[in-house]
This record gives sequence, C-alpha cells and structure tokens, in this order.
Amino acid sequence: MAITREDLQSPLKPTWCPGCGDYGIWLSVKQALIQSGYKHEEVCLVYGIGCHGHMCNTLRAYGFEGLHGRPIPVAEGIKLANNRLKVIVVAGDGDTFGEGLNHFIAGIRGNHDITLIVHDNRVYGLTTGQASPTSAKGYKSKSTPQGVIEVPVNPIALAIAAGGSFVARGFAADPKQLTELILRGLEHKGFAVIDVMQNCISFNHVNTVLWFKEHSYHLEDEGHDPSNKIEALKRALDEERLGTGIFYQDSRGAYDAQLAAERVPLVDHDLSSIDISESMEQFT
Amino acid sequence: MAVNKISLRIGGPAGRGIMNTGLMFAKCCSRIGLHVFDYIEYPSLIKGGHNTYVVRAEDEPIYCQVKGTDILIALDEPSIHIHREELNAQSIVIYDEKAVHENIAGLSNCHRIPLPMKELLQEAHGKELMANTVCLGAALGIMDYPLAVAEGVVRDAFGEKKDAIVEENLAALRLGFTYAREHFAALNHYRLTPIPNAPKRMVLTGNEAIALGAVSAGLTFYAAYPMTPASSILHTLAGWQERHNIVVKHAEDEISVANMTVGAAFAGARAMCATSGGGFALMNETLSLAGITETPAVFVEVTRGGPGTGIPTFTEQSDLKFVLNSGHGDFPLFVVAPGDVEEAFRLTGEAFNAAERYHTPTVILSDKYLGESHKSAEFFNERVPIDRGPLLREAPEHYLRYPLDGRAVTPRTIPGVPNGFFLANSDEHDPFGYSTEEIDIRNAQMEKRMRKLEEFAREMPQPVLRGPPLADLTIISWGSTKGPIMEALKHLEREGLSVNFLHLTWIQPFPRATVRRILSNAKRTLIIENNYSGQMQGVIKEQTGIDIQHAMRRYDGRPFFFEDICSRVKDILRGGQ
Repeated sequence: MAITREDLQSPLKPTWCPGCGDYGIWLSVKQALIQSGYKHEEVCLVYGIGCHGHMCNTLRAYGFEGLHGRPIPVAEGIKLANNRLKVIVVAGDGDTFGEGLNHFIAGIRGNHDITLIVHDNRVYGLTTGQASPTSAKGYKSKSTPQGVIEVPVNPIALAIAAGGSFVARGFAADPKQLTELILRGLEHKGFAVIDVMQNCISFNHVNTVLWFKEHSYHLEDEGHDPSNKIEALKRALDEERLGTGIFYQDSRGAYDAQLAAERVPLVDHDLSSIDISESMEQFT
Repeated sequence: MAVNKISLRIGGPAGRGIMNTGLMFAKCCSRIGLHVFDYIEYPSLIKGGHNTYVVRAEDEPIYCQVKGTDILIALDEPSIHIHREELNAQSIVIYDEKAVHENIAGLSNCHRIPLPMKELLQEAHGKELMANTVCLGAALGIMDYPLAVAEGVVRDAFGEKKDAIVEENLAALRLGFTYAREHFAALNHYRLTPIPNAPKRMVLTGNEAIALGAVSAGLTFYAAYPMTPASSILHTLAGWQERHNIVVKHAEDEISVANMTVGAAFAGARAMCATSGGGFALMNETLSLAGITETPAVFVEVTRGGPGTGIPTFTEQSDLKFVLNSGHGDFPLFVVAPGDVEEAFRLTGEAFNAAERYHTPTVILSDKYLGESHKSAEFFNERVPIDRGPLLREAPEHYLRYPLDGRAVTPRTIPGVPNGFFLANSDEHDPFGYSTEEIDIRNAQMEKRMRKLEEFAREMPQPVLRGPPLADLTIISWGSTKGPIMEALKHLEREGLSVNFLHLTWIQPFPRATVRRILSNAKRTLIIENNYSGQMQGVIKEQTGIDIQHAMRRYDGRPFFFEDICSRVKDILRGGQ
C-alpha cells in the first residue's frame, strides 16, 4: 500500500524559522514519498546534523539521525545490509561538503543506490551563522569577519567530475520541480545527488530566495541534454547562472547490483546452518 | 638428539618470501602432528630491512616462542649478525655460501650448512626469490622430514599460482633437501618424525580466528580500512565473500567504516569492522553514536605500538584504557580481550551475542602478537550458538523502540518490518526516537541504557583461575600475554613451584566481584602487561581497590618470553622483586 500523508504524520511540529527553506524541502520529500508508490516500511531516511536534520522529528518513517558529516556511510551500510530498502540521505552543506566531503566523493564513486538531498543554504545555521563550504569567496560571517578566503565548493561540478551517475540541482522555493527531482532520484539505480539551493532567513542575507530566483534557470527550458557530460560540466561551472534540474545522468549500475552476496538481502540470510569446515581446512 | 622439538628462524630482507616460507615450515610441522607457535617481526616497508619469522614446534601443546634458535635460515648476512646470540653449539645455520662471509661472528660456534645457492637455483630453473624454498628443503632434509608431506605443503601454498611456479618451488625444495642429506648427513641432531594418529590441526593467527569466529557467528557485513596489524582480518574475510556469502567493504576511511558498520547493524545485518589504535581513534564518535542509538555493532581493535604511528608493526597492549573509555559521553560499551586463537574464535561469537542481546556496541580488543602469530588449534567444532537477542521481524501494534517501562533492553525492529517504525536518533530521544531534551525522559533513557552494563555483568562469563586455587603466587593478565604465561606455568609446575593464573577476558563490564574474591585470597600477586603504564593494574585498582604487588611490563614492541617470566616468578618467590 502506497504511503499516505497521514502515514508520515509525526506528533511533532517543525522547529525551523518561519520562512526557512527547509519547509520547502520537507514538503517535497513527503510529496515524493507519497507519489512514489513505495510501501511505508521499505523507506529509510538517514539524516545528518544541522537544521535540516530536525526533519527526522517531523516525518514518521524508519530513520537514522547520525553524526554531523556521516549520514552517507550510515546509509551505505543500511543499503548494503538490505538492498530492498529505498534509502534517502537528508544532509546539509556542512555535512556533505565540509565534515563529510570524503564520503560524498566515495559514495559517488561507489554508485551506492541512495538518494542524497543536500540542504545547501551556503551558511551554518544551527551553529548560528558561520561560513559553509559553499559560501561565496568574500562572504562575511561570524567565523570569517574579513570574508571567506577560500573559493566555494561547486557541488554539481564536483559530483560530475567524481563520476556521479545522477547529478541534479533543485530549489527549495520550487517544490514542484524538487518533488519531481527526488522521484527521479529515487527511481535512479545509483547514487543520486540532489543539491538543493535554499535560503537561511536568519543568517544568510546574501543568498536570499530572491537572489536564488534571479540567479537560476530551469535546465529543461534551455534544452539541456542530461546525457551530455561535457555540456553538463560547462553548465555546472557557471556560478552566475545556476541551472536547476538534472545536469547529468547515466546508468552504470549500482554498487549492490555488482555484489555476489546481495542476491538475497543480507538481513534475510539463513544463519541456522553456517558451514565453516572448508574455511577451517584452509588453515591446515 | 632432539626429536620433535625445534625452534627454527628465518631471517632476511623484506620481499624475499620469508612469511611464506615460515608458514610453510609451520604447516610442515603441523601436518606430522606437532604443535606449532610462530612469531613474526617485520619493519614497515615492502623491500629490504630485516624480516624474521620464528617457528617453534613440539610434540606437546606450546603457547609461545622461545629464546634460543636451533636452526637459522639466513637469507642475508645481517640475519646471522642480528640473531647470533640466540645460537648455541648445537645450532645449525643454513645460508647461501656466496652471500655470507664464513668468518662472520656468530658462525664460529655452531654448525653451518653453506649452500651453493646459485648452482642449485640454476638446476631448479628457479629465480633468486626461491632461495628460501631451497633453504626450507635443506632444513627439512637434515631433520629427516618426510619429503612427500613437504611437497604437499608447497603445492598448497602455491596452489593458486601458475603450475610453473609450483613446479619450480617443488624442484627448489627437493634440491635443497637432497643437497643437505647428501652433504650434511652427519648433522642429524634435530629430527622431525610423524606422530602416529595425531589429529589434523589448524595453524592460524588470532586475526584469522576472529574472521572464522565472525563468519561462524553469522557475520554478513564487514567493513575496514587497511591498517597493520588488523589487515589480515580484512584479507581473510574478503577472500571468503563468495564462499560465505558476505559483503566486505574496503571503505574510504575508518570513520566511514564505523558508520557503515553501524548502518548495517541497525538495518539487521550482523556487522563488524576492525582496525588498530589510530583507526579506532577515528571511530570513537561513532561508538558513542552506536551507544545512544542502541545499535549492536562489533568493533575489533588490534593494538600496535603507539603513540602516533609509533612502532606500527610491533605489539603492545597500550590501548586498554583508551578502548574502555572510548567514545564521548556516558554510554554502555562492552569490551572483551581474547588471549589466544581459541579464545579469539569463541569470544568473537560471544561478542556478537552480547552486542545483539543488549543492543550495545562491543569491542574485541586484540594486539599484533595475537593477531599475527600462528598457533596450532584443534578444529573449532564447538560453536557459540547464535543468539540474536530481542529482534522483531513482525511488530506488535503501537510498537515503540525505546519505551520507558523499566526494561534495560527493549525489542528492536529493522527497516522493512511493517509498523515497526522508529528513529535511531543520535540526539536524546523519546520512546519512538524523536528528539527531546525533557528532563524526565533524558534521565530515564540514560538509566535505561546504562543499566545494560549491570545486567550483562550479572550474566557474562567470569574470569577463570588456572592452576591450584591457593598458590604462593598469582599471576594476573589479559589478552595475548596469556601465551607466554601459560608456557611459563608449564615449566614452573614441572619444577614444583606453586603458581596460579588469573586470565581476564570480558573486561567491560569489569568482573569486579570475581576478581576481588580471587585477589583477596592471593598470597602474592604479579601482573604482566605489554604497556608502559600498567593499564590493567590501574583498572584493577580502580575496580576493586586492590593493589597488585609486582608488575612486569614491556613497551619495546616485543612480546614477553616465558623464560623471563619464569625467572621473575622465582625471584619473587625467593622474596625478591
């Protein structure tokens, strides 16, 4: 039976600031789950730590809220243990491109069948306004009062260069498109990266909803072909005009599909008749 | 003449096949029914340096290496130089006549077998790399070892390689064997003779025993990042992926390893990972995560000499307090330390059961000496029954994962179970798993989790006192020092000395009452540890209030020798220190 809105209803109310981009992402995740046709129990969400992570309290489903920066490997472990599950990672820009950047690259390389939704508001909100790895050069914040010296991480270009098999950008204020992107990511057999532009109403007064609107366009409107990797990378590298939609997609096969042991999910293996005699023999 | 009692050492630069040759000799001894122990030293490099592999074999159970060397296979001159003090008038040194000056110190007082290596290798159509196989053949030749058995060992060792390599090594073995028998028949004072009707035994390391124990316990997911001396667990399990239908993931770093393991355990797989001290440091935050989410993941820490990169290929027991106190915050963590390969197998099974019965992260604490030394073991026919603890594959109505109903352990479901929804939450949480900072819930959840330590303490296996219940001296130890102590006990008992041995395995929760009772009755006490600061001595003081009188410590990366333990014990019994 498909998931209903009531199924996902948690007794808790969101705690995000009024006007936060997290609302739009939350609604899109729920909408995508409802439209997906999946069974409620076959979905598992893994959350990072940051404002976005509070979504775990407002969405009733199997969930794991882990450590800052580490939701991706937790999700990979879950998927490897039970590849019947639909595994979604809800993470922030600090989680994904700061503390956990290694896991982002490794997850893409491995093409684990996971959908990663990054709340990318270019600032650390929960810790009250420090620069994030995606803050623009020169961005002034509590931790960078003279302005950020580094150039920002470009999540889309990085994902494509790392071998991403599904690389997309959404916008929290465009839930219609974002819902569609999440659904496409869930259908995709592999690591689906969806970087979501969002505002932080309390701490980022540069990258506001209006700013994102003025700096973005729908890739579809310009006839972008998601099978064209070079064109995808070109568009990804344009940091003045931010495309939304699917930059790149291919079908190179998910990690678990290439494992001998995963024909039956690990959690369903019969442990009652394990035979180690051949393995012991090897030591004689 | 010494029959079936030998200590053979192979020394030479890294990259010359010393590890293979040493293991082949160990298996040769095992296949004729002898008990075997071996010990390996190697520097942290791929070529050069000095590698050494010592194999001891006897017709009675043995537990560690000995100080003397009966036969030394020296693949280079430094090997003679470095080990010359282990040689005595009976010792035999086998070497390439071209590679060693015959008047080098060390050779003068023992028997020598110089081999015309170049000629022998030419005859075998072999490469320089096979010099060790020639030497092995020569050693077996002078010991009158049954050649056909040795050929079987060589075939098995190179079986996965091309036929030509197997044949070349067999030829090298036979040439060395024949040459020694033809030219050195008079050197017949060491003999290896098959024991009739001896049972077939394994020769395996602590790491391999942990891998076997894990598979036997139903492990289906293993993750690791290579780190000496834990890597052979990874290699062993990776090689078994198809046979045992398991997933082995070499992940991008130890943080990922730990989080994947926790993810897989949360999803319902029996999941384990392994590393050494540095990698374990990276896993610490995740241990704490497993603690608050009540996820039954198993971690293995194979300690090497620290701090920092330290002496990365040598042994130490210096991570005890680190492991006991690992992870931030208060949460239950179980720790078990096997002392030999049999315990490594059994306690791995027990660790999985403890983790799943109590939904508690569990650490198996080992070290390089146990992890990489091979020892004879009977086949592991007694298996620890798998107990998956309260794990629901069907959820009752209104199921809650973390209910506050007085129970420390409350049944878990796994994703995929209809109506079994819950949130495994790194934040403090309510009975569903939703975040909360409410005082009463925080206190109750904290108490629920911490009570698991008390409950497991009541049912966990207690340490055993070996030897007479009352003795003049009680030796206390944990982990891999068990081997040299067991060996010392054998000799001390034969000399009629009254010594017993308290060996600790499950050390967190600490078996306080048992240890206090045993130590309160002890006349004299001696603790033996491979660390600088006497970490277990400190733990025992903290847990029981008891001061242990004497301590033997070593922090040079080398294991204890039973000979040193025997002398220290005698000193103490004579009233000295």
